[in-house]
Amino acid sequence: MTIWLTIIGLAVTTALVKAAGPVVFGGRTPHPAFLRVVAMMAPALLAALVVTSALTDGRQLGVGADTVGVLVGGVLLWRGRSVVLAVVVAVAVTAALRALM
Amino acid sequence: MQPSFVAGIRLGIPYAVVGFVLSVSFGVLARQAGFSPFQAILTAAIVFAGSAQFAGLAVLASGGTAAAAIAAGTLMNGRFLAMGTALAPSLPGGPLKRAAQGQTVVDASWALASRGDGTFDRWLLFGTTAPQYVTWVLGTVVGAFGGELLGDTDRLGLDAVFPTFFLGILVAELREPRSRFVAICGAMIALALVPFTPPGVPILAASVAALLGLRR
Repeated sequence: MTIWLTIIGLAVTTALVKAAGPVVFGGRTPHPAFLRVVAMMAPALLAALVVTSALTDGRQLGVGADTVGVLVGGVLLWRGRSVVLAVVVAVAVTAALRALM
Repeated sequence: MQPSFVAGIRLGIPYAVVGFVLSVSFGVLARQAGFSPFQAILTAAIVFAGSAQFAGLAVLASGGTAAAAIAAGTLMNGRFLAMGTALAPSLPGGPLKRAAQGQTVVDASWALASRGDGTFDRWLLFGTTAPQYVTWVLGTVVGAFGGELLGDTDRLGLDAVFPTFFLGILVAELREPRSRFVAICGAMIALALVPFTPPGVPILAASVAALLGLRR
């Protein structure tokens, strides 16, 4: 029952959250300052997603094998390699470090 | 068919490949948390929001209630509120039509469809999301049924997929100095809040860093 409630609940809230912006703010000509803030949303949110998933262990900050893997993947991405290659290398480095530790 | 829809499909394929791997690990973890294969696949098909799914799953796996799992997932989705608000002026039609179009927002598609001047190419958004949806569901099918063959996903390093995936989208956003500075601020806000707030809140709070865009 817990699982069914979670599935239905997440489906409903996700749909509502995704609909909210377009419904409330649609059909208006936005202010230039609004657009400048919007353009900065992606770097802010994405950077937060990356660090919270690579540098934390539950509610604690922590560095692990996955942190090193993601770092190596990041270097490849910065040098213009594809996201698929970066992910494959990140996974391989993480798995190799775990096997050694 | 709209040319930018086709271009979007092409742009979306690398992210769809990575999304496949990510959703395999979701399928495996969902089974370990007590989901039936059907429940795991249904979750991928009707929630279709990776970070919310993983956040909700983490709560259930640690013995939390449905309400706590839904709250964690919804907080993770908080960023879609910001993304949808940004996207809104680029969507035509009445409220219902806009709400439907808003459902296609996922992180990679939203970032790729952004023209960088505050407006969005909606057909590119739809195109980029299409292959990601297909592989997201397929990956969960593989993970839900083939999980026992994979064994411990942490040992395989699959937890590195999620952050590297988002790093890939982020790097494309860092061309100008201002967005680099905003990214660093967003990261620091999020890390500072991790020990004190439920999962999802640090990410939502990081959107405050985007206010630096107010400066000319």
